[in-house]
Amino acid sequence: MRDIKCKRITKAVSRLFQEACVYLPEDVLTAIKQARKNEESPAAKDVLDRILENAEIARKEKIPLCQDTGTAVVFLELGQEVHITGGDLYSAIDEGVRQGYEEGYLRKSMVRQPYSARVNTEDNTPAIIYTDIVPGDKLKITAMPKGAGAENMTRLTMLLPASGRQGIIDFVVKTIDEAGSNACPPLIVGVGIGGTAERTLILAKKALLRGVGKPNPDAEVAELERELLKRINNLGIGPMGYGGRTTALAVHIEVLPAHIASLPVAVNLQCHSARHKEVVL
Amino acid sequence: MAKRVALPLTVETLKELKAGDNVLLTGVMYVARDAAHKRMVEALDQGKPPPFDIKGQTIYYMGPTPARPGRVIGSAGPTTSGRMDVYTPRLIAAGLRGMVGKGMRSPAVKDALKKYQAVYLAAVGGTGALISKSIKRSEVIAYEELGTEAICRIEVEDFPVTVINDIYGSDLYQEGKAKYRVNDS
Repeated sequence: MRDIKCKRITKAVSRLFQEACVYLPEDVLTAIKQARKNEESPAAKDVLDRILENAEIARKEKIPLCQDTGTAVVFLELGQEVHITGGDLYSAIDEGVRQGYEEGYLRKSMVRQPYSARVNTEDNTPAIIYTDIVPGDKLKITAMPKGAGAENMTRLTMLLPASGRQGIIDFVVKTIDEAGSNACPPLIVGVGIGGTAERTLILAKKALLRGVGKPNPDAEVAELERELLKRINNLGIGPMGYGGRTTALAVHIEVLPAHIASLPVAVNLQCHSARHKEVVL
Repeated sequence: MAKRVALPLTVETLKELKAGDNVLLTGVMYVARDAAHKRMVEALDQGKPPPFDIKGQTIYYMGPTPARPGRVIGSAGPTTSGRMDVYTPRLIAAGLRGMVGKGMRSPAVKDALKKYQAVYLAAVGGTGALISKSIKRSEVIAYEELGTEAICRIEVEDFPVTVINDIYGSDLYQEGKAKYRVNDS
């Protein structure tokens, strides 16, 4: 067994959210620069230039890239040889969110009782935490400040197995078309296929963490990613919906086996401010 | 080239604005989002005046991050306008002349824009650091207890927006998409 103290986890979570909100990851920047080169639409070029300029200002002046510093989503890969000491793991993560959002001048965007009073929790907790138990004696923490504009356009469907590949294409393309400018394109499109209803939604969200444009290792899935990207960019929505070639920077699909009667498909969208940061303790 | 436009917007100015135009706004706007809209419309329903005189004014749909010491405001980009659609026709009828946000509006809002002569403008979502540079003053004027959702009066200089819906019924989101759409066989 290897001990990891809760205090260390709290500190890591605080730092991850603060850094994620001001530094756009390199792979995202590279993808946006590439899109800028390929664009034909003058309005789209202008939007992409502003996105790049914004990233530069955020980085230099420590101003959050976007005022929506998100729901604090945390993915854990917890080695089964790890022993958490000095408190409980999820409270340590919430404390990290509390400290990070305060120290980093990040916006607290969570409301209690979301269907009625909607009173702000004032510290951006609770974090939304997903834990995978894995072999080993390390703890990997991924912080993902998830903005609501893109999150609100999430869709889940339980297709008939007979719908197959074409059914998936129709559903994903329709989802992006309906999301239009609301989700802040250019997007990264996360798609979960298989598993159960709730599992495929988590798959779709996890797919957003993959390096932008890195294909699924399965050739058949990678081919579907390429076709979907082409179809989505043919919609013409473009950056911020002003019209253009770049509606999505990438489509990332994750697949799991499913029941003989089921074909669950989920789409979770990531806006161009694709913020996430990881650390291994 | 971007047109420079003074706030508050005049009826004459609105006639010059066409969907797709890039505009730099200078003057005063009011910041309000979900919770503030709910309260303003409740006030109107009860026959009470809203916290500022809406007539001729422009509302920016935004909830900033906290300002670091010595700064006017934190990150300050637009939020999704569609969530305000249920309240907006009422405010347009009360004299609201401009809105700044991002994302699509409902048919009811677009009808109100034409009927009462108002415009919907968009700022680039996800560029709150850049946009904060054109905000020169910010003060909370109402509903302070709402925190980031309080109503603020802001003074802006060359604040960059694009006209989405003009008074003539054009919609940049539909026109832009149609122009670059490729039909899949």
